[in-house]
Amino acid sequence: MGDIAIRARHVSKIFGQSRVLDDVEFELRRGEVLCLAGENGCGKSTLIKIINGVYTPEEGVELSFGDETLSAISPIEARNRGIHVIWQDLALFPHLTVAENIVFDDYVAKPWRPISYKDALTQSREIIQQFGLDLDPMARVEDLSIAHRQLVAICRVLRAGASIIFMDEPTASLTYKEVQTLLGITRSLAAKGISIVLISHRLVEVLEVCQRVTVLRNGKLVGTYPTEGMTQARLSTLMTGLELEFTPRAETHKGAPVLELKNLSREGEFENVSFTLHRGEILGLTGLLGAGRTEIAHTIFGMTQPTSGQLLKEGQPLALRSNRDAVRHRIAYLSEDRLNLGLVQNQSINMNTAVTVLPRLEKPRFFLSPQRIKALTAHWIEQLKTKVSDPELAVSSLSGGNQQRIALAKWLATEPDVLILDCPTIGVDVGAKAGIFDIIRNLADQGMAIILISDEAGEIWMNADRALVLREGRIYSEVIPAETTEEALEAIINA
Amino acid sequence: MHKRLLNRRIGTEGTLLSILMLLCVVLALATDSFLTFQNLFDLLNNQSVNIIFAVGLVVVLIAGGIDISFAVAASVVQYVVLSLLMNYLGGGNWLLGILLSMLVGMLLGLFNALLIHRFRIVSIIVTIGTFNLFFGLLMYFTSGVSIYDIPDWLYYSVPLLDLPAERGSATLYLPAAVMVVMVILTWFILARTGFGRAIYGFGSNPESARRSGVSVWKIHAFAYGWLGLCAGVAGLMQAHIVQEVVPNALIGQELPILAAVVLGGATLGGGRGSVLGAVLGVLLLAVVQNGLNLLGVTPYAFRMIVGLIILIAITTSNLGNLLPRTTKARNV
Repeated sequence: MGDIAIRARHVSKIFGQSRVLDDVEFELRRGEVLCLAGENGCGKSTLIKIINGVYTPEEGVELSFGDETLSAISPIEARNRGIHVIWQDLALFPHLTVAENIVFDDYVAKPWRPISYKDALTQSREIIQQFGLDLDPMARVEDLSIAHRQLVAICRVLRAGASIIFMDEPTASLTYKEVQTLLGITRSLAAKGISIVLISHRLVEVLEVCQRVTVLRNGKLVGTYPTEGMTQARLSTLMTGLELEFTPRAETHKGAPVLELKNLSREGEFENVSFTLHRGEILGLTGLLGAGRTEIAHTIFGMTQPTSGQLLKEGQPLALRSNRDAVRHRIAYLSEDRLNLGLVQNQSINMNTAVTVLPRLEKPRFFLSPQRIKALTAHWIEQLKTKVSDPELAVSSLSGGNQQRIALAKWLATEPDVLILDCPTIGVDVGAKAGIFDIIRNLADQGMAIILISDEAGEIWMNADRALVLREGRIYSEVIPAETTEEALEAIINA
Repeated sequence: MHKRLLNRRIGTEGTLLSILMLLCVVLALATDSFLTFQNLFDLLNNQSVNIIFAVGLVVVLIAGGIDISFAVAASVVQYVVLSLLMNYLGGGNWLLGILLSMLVGMLLGLFNALLIHRFRIVSIIVTIGTFNLFFGLLMYFTSGVSIYDIPDWLYYSVPLLDLPAERGSATLYLPAAVMVVMVILTWFILARTGFGRAIYGFGSNPESARRSGVSVWKIHAFAYGWLGLCAGVAGLMQAHIVQEVVPNALIGQELPILAAVVLGGATLGGGRGSVLGAVLGVLLLAVVQNGLNLLGVTPYAFRMIVGLIILIAITTSNLGNLLPRTTKARNV
């Protein structure tokens, strides 16, 4: 394995005033699965783009590929050396078939040569079989799951002769099983001599599949470590430079019951779900993707109606016809899809915060008062310690963690009794995650009842007073995190 | 699930073709005159202009754009080409006429492409602008006056196929052959060349295409240029059929043709559509009109019925996307 695929030394990059990469060293062995870890803005993508020839590094760099050492590389040279990147968006063509997606580069290279669908089909079959993948070359990409689309993207770079593949957040929207399959595939590619660099936020997976992990922080190399003996806690510390707490919430803080579900069912989604949520409690709702977590949340929030069973708030039965009804009954729901559903990205921070409580901000009647909007936003920015330079800027100008705070502020403005948080840390850095959980714990301490949905066992274990594990739409098990270990909880979720 | 499989195997084109055949059978049984060479040839002669427009437009739609200026562009081509031919080139001939029409049409299309590409303006806005600009210039310079004095080669119709029929004879004319050539050319480019597939790819996901090395300018230039070229050819054929050039003869044709192409499976989102679908879309609407005509339905009802057909077709093809939310969730 000792063979070196790439060794990059003294890599620096300056954009304007800021030094994005500072004398970084990166080494990838042949047939290795390496993880490139670090928070957003640590220089990961810049490093990848330099190795791929998209950016030109500052002088003094040495890029060696086994036999040859270069001082710069062009995108075409990088491709010729078999270096390929699969970006998170996969860059596929949804309306074309799998086979056409795999051979698309031929279309670009030789635009006027008449094409043969039969050749495209046989060639993609060869690639698919050679690597033992489960793909139908005739299917349209738009009909495939994200996991299968990922395989198409992999086939595409393999066909282009990839020997070094960078994969940007490949596991971000996959279910547990799909992640396992994908990781299995990366292992088998590595066994065939292909080097793979995984860029991932999910530390557990990284430790499981990679042999080594290279950590960047603020544009500097922290180090490259073998994953053997590495713990999640240590890796987070390396990435953030902070000692983060890894303990469950100290004690249960139950108050009076607020929300009660009695045998709530919705056909095809979940069955006989019963639980009671108390003031000041953080109730974890976990389970694999598709277990019914989000579906239950949608029903509590009035977006879908149960087919049977009862929903009670403070002892009174609720019949919610829409989410407006739910808001009126002081129930709030923070969507898992912050980018598309949670925030209106190109509207201002002010408007995004105010949108749930517009009637309250009218003065005179029917006219929104800019002063009231500003006061509201200023209040929540301060309360949630959000870093905002100007609340008139589009919300898209904020980092993931700060965007999530604004999304939270928008719902807190409705003064909810029950707050449902659906995967509140998706796309948020390790460091910023801790800040968000501090806020959530504080809210619970002030008496708010919180339902925390997450598929990361660690998050549930550290923050929930009580966790309900769902499987196939039913409550499978109830766990008190303080009485068990994170690993035990993880085992129950994945059992 | 069965319906899905079926849908995929047959596709929009298959569905359209079955409806078209069914309609033909019904009309053949209900009227004496529908299934005659005379009627079918008339249909082809009359629709060749629309089909040439449609195969040009489908390229733009597949590339994810839209163009509503092509019909008035065709009128501009008619005026420019005929003025050039009559005033400077001594009348010209078929070859010169077609080449000039293609060239002028393509230039008008490239003008659209340039604005869309260079200034990153949405295609519908650009072509609403050029639609008004082209038509305004045309009316300004011609003062709305028609050209009746057209060269002989363009004036006399060119029969290609003559069959004896009940009353006189059934004749297929030159525009039908030109139409077939344009259909085959466009089909070949879209379905059988890498460039054509790259147009689909670009329409499907522009960013992916750009990153794969597809030249965005080439795609834009080809799509709008090809539609311009088709519009030029269609304009010349239309002038040939009616034996005169009237400045407002084609304005208003853009929307029915757009509707026919959308009926044929193209979407405004790009990445979808085919030449066959576009041709079938035009033919289906034409056969409906023809049938209503033969059945003695008042012409005032045509537009209404065409509108209903388009709405029904689009709602039914979208039903599939609206319904299976629960099954999708379960598949995950």
